[in-house]
Amino acid sequence: MSTIEERVKKIIVEQLGVKEEEVKPEASFENDLGADSLDTVELVMALEEEFETEIPDEEAEKIKTVQSAIDYVNNHSND
Amino acid sequence: MQNFENKVALITGASRGIGKAIAENLASQGAKVIGTATSDKGAAAISEYLGSNGEGLALDVTDAESLQQTIKDIEKKYGSIDILVNNAGITRDNLMMRMKDDEWDAVLNTNLSAVFKVCKAVVRGMMKRRNGRIINISSVVGTTGNPGQVNYCAAKAGLVGFSKAMAKEVAARGITVNCVAPGFIDTDMTKSLNDEQKQAIFDNIPAARLGEPREIAAAVAFLASEGAAYITGETIHVNGGMAMV
Repeated sequence: MSTIEERVKKIIVEQLGVKEEEVKPEASFENDLGADSLDTVELVMALEEEFETEIPDEEAEKIKTVQSAIDYVNNHSND
Repeated sequence: MQNFENKVALITGASRGIGKAIAENLASQGAKVIGTATSDKGAAAISEYLGSNGEGLALDVTDAESLQQTIKDIEKKYGSIDILVNNAGITRDNLMMRMKDDEWDAVLNTNLSAVFKVCKAVVRGMMKRRNGRIINISSVVGTTGNPGQVNYCAAKAGLVGFSKAMAKEVAARGITVNCVAPGFIDTDMTKSLNDEQKQAIFDNIPAARLGEPREIAAAVAFLASEGAAYITGETIHVNGGMAMV
């Protein structure tokens, strides 16, 4: 069973089409990983699906870096 | 011709008229078609004419909750939806000064707000697969206006703007969003227009005849095809020359 961190990173790699080594904790989706606004929406939707949770818009807006995504899931995941 | 082999198409308001013609066209080209109707009877009629090519489902498009569930059920059974045709529409005609709020609300809810909700529910799967076709059925009167139909005209014009904005949002994901705007087509809906309305419209059709539902279906099928991949945010008017825009 993968850790939450591994699962989040895997989703980021898949959604944004980036290399695993680029997905550093401090990396910003838009500034470092080349995501546009639609990419980040898709990323949030993918996280929602993977972790069976619903991320409210005001929370989703704060998910801008790899670490913030991991933190959100850690704090809100059901598993 | 089998343009839509292995494609799943969802068509709202498919029990009769234009929706039925669209469903029959796509099914004849190999698509698995799910058609919706507001009543169980309508759904049964769809299942009957589709036979093994798909099925009819009872769905009130304005009911957000049952909509979500229905889309989920469809995707579970048939796979992700490739082609969405928002065709369900109603009229509640009245002169503007006499129009009741509920007549306005009913038409805006079914003809415009529901399209937003259905698109939102369906587009997720299309985004994932980087492919999808959304065709919204507008109307010539959304462009020209028609007395007695401020609600219908507003909703149908609204679809054009909606489609353009959505088209821009999802174009990079291989999804196209277009409208087909029928003119005066021989359906139950146009039968309910009064003689004055009919005469006024009829005087202005250069083709000098009503359109057939299958002539709308042909335009929809084109926009749904692979060949139309580079057309998005567009409205195709199918009206016998009644309005050229």
